[in-house]
Parts: sequence; structure tokens; C-alpha cells
Amino acid sequence: MADLFTVNKSPFEKNSLENAIKFSTEGASILLIEDGVYGASKGTACESMITGAAGKKFYALKSDLKARGIADDRLIDGVEVVDYAGFVELVCSTDKTQAWL
Amino acid sequence: MSDIKKFMYLNRRAPYGTIYAWESLEVVLIGAAFDQEVSLMFADDGVYQLVKGCDTSESDMKNFMPTYRTLGDYGVRYMYVDQASLEARGLTADDLIEVAWEDWETEEEVDNIVEVVDSAKVTELMAESDVVFSF
Amino acid sequence: MSDTINVDGKEFAVDEEGYLANINDWVPGVADVMSKQDELELTDEHWDIIKFLREYYEEYQIAPAIRVLTKAVAKNLGKDKGNSKYLYGLFPYGPGKQACRYAGLPKPTGCV
Repeated sequence: MADLFTVNKSPFEKNSLENAIKFSTEGASILLIEDGVYGASKGTACESMITGAAGKKFYALKSDLKARGIADDRLIDGVEVVDYAGFVELVCSTDKTQAWL
Repeated sequence: MSDIKKFMYLNRRAPYGTIYAWESLEVVLIGAAFDQEVSLMFADDGVYQLVKGCDTSESDMKNFMPTYRTLGDYGVRYMYVDQASLEARGLTADDLIEVAWEDWETEEEVDNIVEVVDSAKVTELMAESDVVFSF
Repeated sequence: MSDTINVDGKEFAVDEEGYLANINDWVPGVADVMSKQDELELTDEHWDIIKFLREYYEEYQIAPAIRVLTKAVAKNLGKDKGNSKYLYGLFPYGPGKQACRYAGLPKPTGCV
């Protein structure tokens, strides 16, 4: 089992996502929340952070995607949308949670 | 006789994660009473403030996206969007809301005052503003 | 701790200035009770403005500034109503504050 990393900052403004990917172990789960969900959109200058990360699983919180007008068809392939219950499940099913701000 | 100054509100933050976007909007709404020439510039993550289709019903946050559409009534004449910032985020002008403007005296109307401009134009517009408020 | 007003036997929370705490709670009876407290009798002309404010909020999610309200009323309800003399005649405490309060809206942004 590996850790869950939550990232709540826009990848265009802060390096939280980039470095969470860099420092996390193989099999880590990375959940994008709040402004972090901008990192889940495809066709952006930051897309390669996620598409180029091997061995990590990416999630994005549904309510935050909706609030920011990011429709499912704009998401990078492989990013899984979770609701609050899914968030809790991730927390419970991983070793520990690290909040990257 | 030129008491009218060019005010520019520069918006560089995403709408919900921080309070900047809402604060800027409130200042614009209040500042309308001063009758200046007001333009808004959206660059970097600020371009996300104009993305349409936002729904905050599951987030327990106020959706202030509709409020941008009344800015024409509050004396805002120009809303510029930096093209490079849009492109870096995989967005185009079609992803943005439209804001109408009307001069109540002359009844001159503009369907949409949101305009995508290149970086050179952004520089020029900032330089020619008398005051730039940055959020 | 917070104040309430009683409308048809139901309590509605209001803030320290008497504005409805939750805009979604609003029913027409709220305006009736508030206007009675101000000793003002609501006519169809008052209701036109209250209804207009509700619609404006619904569309733009803010209470309009007085000058925006005036211009918008002129456009939608006619120039004879879209002026501050007419609006102050209806709402002597100020169309921005008083009418918004009756309509269940927050105090207009920038209104002190």
C-alpha cells in the first residue's frame, strides 16, 4: 500500500502537483481537490505532469470539477472522478494521507 | 477636460480556491459609482473566472459566475482575456461567458465585451491605464 | 442569538440589520411583515419593484446598486418608474436598502 496525496493548488500557479508526483512512491494515489482539479484537464500546458507519470493513480473530486466548469469529457484519460464518499474510501484504503498545499 | 481616468482591474487568480476573484468583483461593483473608464484584464489562472458552465451546488460556495454578466451595467466597458493564458489551459473564446454592454443614454449596444487579446496588446493596455488594481 | 421575524406563524432568521438570513427562505409574506413594521402599505407598484429585484438576483446573484436598479427599471418597467424620485416615493428608506430587504435580498454591494 502507498500513500494518498491530496493536491489543492492549481498546477499553473504552484508546484504542488509536480512535486507530489515527484516525491510519491510507486502505486501512490493522487487526489486533485479545490483548485488542484485544474490539473486534471487535458490539452493544457500542465497535462504532461499527469500523462507522463507512470505507476500513479489520479483522482479528481466531482464537486470541485463541477464548480469550475470542467466537464468529464475534458478530463485527461485515466483520471477517475470521485465524490465525497469516494474521497473517504481513498483515505481509508491507503496507508496515510498527505495534504500537499 | 479629462477627469476620467482609465482603471484596469487585473485578475490573475482562479475563482474559488482563494478570495481574490470575489474581492476584485466586489471592488469593481462598488467602484462603478466613480464613473471612470473601467476595463478588466484576465490573465494566468484569472482566465478561469470567465469559464462558463460552473455549478457550485455541491460545493457549498456561492456561484458568482452570473454576476460577471451584469458588469456591463456597472460601467465596465472592456473585458480582455490574455490569449496565451487561455491556450496554456486548453481553452478558447468559446469556453468563456459573454457579457453584454449598453449605453443607457445613447442606446448603443455591444453584444459581447469579452475580447481575447495577444500578449503585446496586454502590455499595451496595461501601459496606457492610469491605474491598475491587481488581484 | 440571531433575530427572527414571524410570518404566518413561521420564524424566519434575519441579520442584525433586518435582512433575511437566507434568500431562499423568502415568501411574499416576508415583505408584508417587514413593511408593516415600517408602517408602509404595499401597493402593486411596490410589488413590481420587489418582483423585479427577485428576478435580478435570480439572474445575477447580487442585489443591484441603486443606479443599476434605476436604469434597469427604466428599461423594463418604463422611464416614468425608472427614476430615483419615483423609487424613493415608494420606498422612503431608500429603494436599494428597503426594497431589497422586503425582497429577501442582501444589502446591495457598496451600500453603507
